[in-house]
Amino acid sequence: MSNDTLYLIFFGGLVPLVYIAYILGRNRASNMRSLGIKMHSQPDQYGWFVALYTGLPVIMLGVTGVFLYLFGIDAVPPHMLVVASLTIGAISLLVLVKNVNGKTKARDLIESFIKGVLIFAAFVSVLTTFGILFSIIFETIHFFQRESLWNFLTGTQWNPDAAFLEGAGRADALNSSSTFGAVPIFAGTFYITAIAMAVAIPIGVFSAIYLSEYASPKARNRVKPALEILAGIPTVVYGFFAAITVAPLIVEMFGFVGISASFRSALGAGIVMGIMIVPIIASLSDDVISSVPQNMRNGSLALGMNKAETIKFVVLPSAMPGIIAAVLLGVSRALGETMIVVMAASLRPNLSWNFLDDMTTVTVKIVESLVGDQAFDSSLTLSAFALGFVLFVVTLLINIVSIYMIRKFHAKYKVSNL
Amino acid sequence: MNQNNNYFHIPQIKKRNQKAARFQILATSAIIVAMSFLAFFLFDIIGKGYPAFKQSYVKVEIHIDEETASNPYGLLDREMTAIVSRAWLRTLPKEIGENPQWIGTTQTFWAMTGAEIDQYLKSKPNRVKDNIKVKVDELKANGDIESRFNIIFFFTGDSKIPENAGFYSAMIGSVLTMLVTMIIAVPIGIMTAIYLEEFAPDNKFTQFIEVNINNLAAIPSILFGLLGLAIFINFFGLPRSSALVGGMTLALMSLPIIIVSAKAALKSVPESIRQAGYGLGLTKWQITRDHVLPIAMPGMLTGSIIALAQAIGETAPLIIVGMIAFVPDAPTSVMSAATVMPAQIYTWSGMPELAYIEKTAAAIIVLLTVLLSLNTIAIVLRKKFTKRF
Repeated sequence: MSNDTLYLIFFGGLVPLVYIAYILGRNRASNMRSLGIKMHSQPDQYGWFVALYTGLPVIMLGVTGVFLYLFGIDAVPPHMLVVASLTIGAISLLVLVKNVNGKTKARDLIESFIKGVLIFAAFVSVLTTFGILFSIIFETIHFFQRESLWNFLTGTQWNPDAAFLEGAGRADALNSSSTFGAVPIFAGTFYITAIAMAVAIPIGVFSAIYLSEYASPKARNRVKPALEILAGIPTVVYGFFAAITVAPLIVEMFGFVGISASFRSALGAGIVMGIMIVPIIASLSDDVISSVPQNMRNGSLALGMNKAETIKFVVLPSAMPGIIAAVLLGVSRALGETMIVVMAASLRPNLSWNFLDDMTTVTVKIVESLVGDQAFDSSLTLSAFALGFVLFVVTLLINIVSIYMIRKFHAKYKVSNL
Repeated sequence: MNQNNNYFHIPQIKKRNQKAARFQILATSAIIVAMSFLAFFLFDIIGKGYPAFKQSYVKVEIHIDEETASNPYGLLDREMTAIVSRAWLRTLPKEIGENPQWIGTTQTFWAMTGAEIDQYLKSKPNRVKDNIKVKVDELKANGDIESRFNIIFFFTGDSKIPENAGFYSAMIGSVLTMLVTMIIAVPIGIMTAIYLEEFAPDNKFTQFIEVNINNLAAIPSILFGLLGLAIFINFFGLPRSSALVGGMTLALMSLPIIIVSAKAALKSVPESIRQAGYGLGLTKWQITRDHVLPIAMPGMLTGSIIALAQAIGETAPLIIVGMIAFVPDAPTSVMSAATVMPAQIYTWSGMPELAYIEKTAAAIIVLLTVLLSLNTIAIVLRKKFTKRF
């Protein structure tokens, strides 16, 4: 029997079973009530109670079976599993209906069933985090079983060509051993991020100051949606813009003064990435600055400070934890940003201080080594997971610091929208 | 009044005021820079993409016989072969097969021009030879070349021939992927929010879930791609490049956004409504289902639409799970190979032919239009249905 037929039988059995359970439970309860027995809940609730607790074991057994199967334990043949789960459903249906009486707390039992479902849903996000963690960690461990960790963290040569041939099934064509020294990749990532932040921090923070302190309500209502549009532009679009418009512009401008720049310079990718981060920093900082209590401003103005001084010496220092949190979130976005650098930065790991040189980033290397016909267990593919692990750890740390700072600010001034 | 007699005169006041004015100018110029970037960006993209919505057609007269039907490539003279699109010639035998009465007659067709000719007619950089240029100019002067709305762009899939490449299969792929994403993410997100806001006790476990969700929102999207690759494809064995895997990956990514907005919507429901429910003897679930959820629904919907808009534009995780495959035909199910709009934009942007630049920009215009309309719908919904207490 094919899997499709089995699914069909499984759900074809489950749905009528649950429906019958509902009808039987409700009828039994309403019969008992018409006999004058005092019932804890409404007949409908008894129906739901019987139906839910009939379906539960069926689905649980089915899901467990599928998981066992996926883990490679196929001790139970699939069709037996379907039959077994439906039988268990039928048994639990009979037991439940028999035992429905006035003292059964159907309403409370429905409540706990629903609570269980909700907890399960809340658990999905936890599972996602651990899923990311484990899927990366296992492959990373595989990678470091083959390649040296020390070389990965301190080596300046990233030369996976030999691993590429090996992964393509041509290990005999090797004439040099592959090296995975990731320093140039990390350096490129931080350099491009630094350029992005050099663009994003001044523009973002000053925009926030303008929006929260200087803008009239009318101007604010016009500028805010425009910032939201900027924030909603997909990164692939920014990447296209960086590669097609900004990069040639930079080459031309520097060519005009006689300096040669690469078409895939760190500067082009960095500037566009900075623009992408502006709305993130601006809107978060705007929320933070707006929630500094008005009394503090009034106090400062009453002492004779003018508006700019009030902002510089009173508002910004109190908003600082929140602004730092916003900037950190921006940094973590820049480190993990993929499409802009894939399209506008280079593939070549390059350890250089010149921002007009081409450079590569962690995310570019991840994409490069996972797109293609490589065997999944080749060193090249696994290197993507090692790089991903580094990225995960760094962004996780930054996020935790950022969340901590926002909490601190929150505790001080009761900001609700962060 | 003389300044020296003024008791309140502060000697530095002029300097301080100047400084204050400079500060305000700084703040204002920051926002002007951001806005002018947006304007420059939109202007640039629309300028680049707008011409792609037009495609030029050339009038050709073809004598049709049995031989034409079997081999259409040799039937035009050298110059016309350079002008007419290969993609159009390729479809000719099929068209003749459908209209057998054409055989033995001479038919007039409006044939698509090749991409290079099209670029030349739009006065863009091209590689058209000089003698062909003369011929094209002559045809244009005779009215034998027309520019029409590029219907192909919206109704065909990807192609390696630029003039025949369309956005249709990517649009369908996006729709399928988003369906999967929303079917998974919206119920789970809303249920999580209900649990955290209405049911959860305030203990360490709940705090852990909340911190975890905040964290998840800031994890780089490419790592979700690694998750999809390792778990959905390698472990569960689901088909690579399929809308199902892409949709599931994006669902996990948009979960935190939906949860946070749904939580905010639930928080805005006044406590008195819940108290009234308890007073009538309702259970927590009954209150949530019948009274809290209907009030919070518009806010939740808005959040879901915004999450959807983000997911539509997401590319990096989808590249990792293989959704940049060359897909000429629209996917028919969530299990078949598909590509999505941003992935198509990425693929086209890497093509060497110049004609793909305007295709890419046009695709970006389509994508941005979709995103803007989604956001507008979200804002309208929020304004129209949100109750104030």
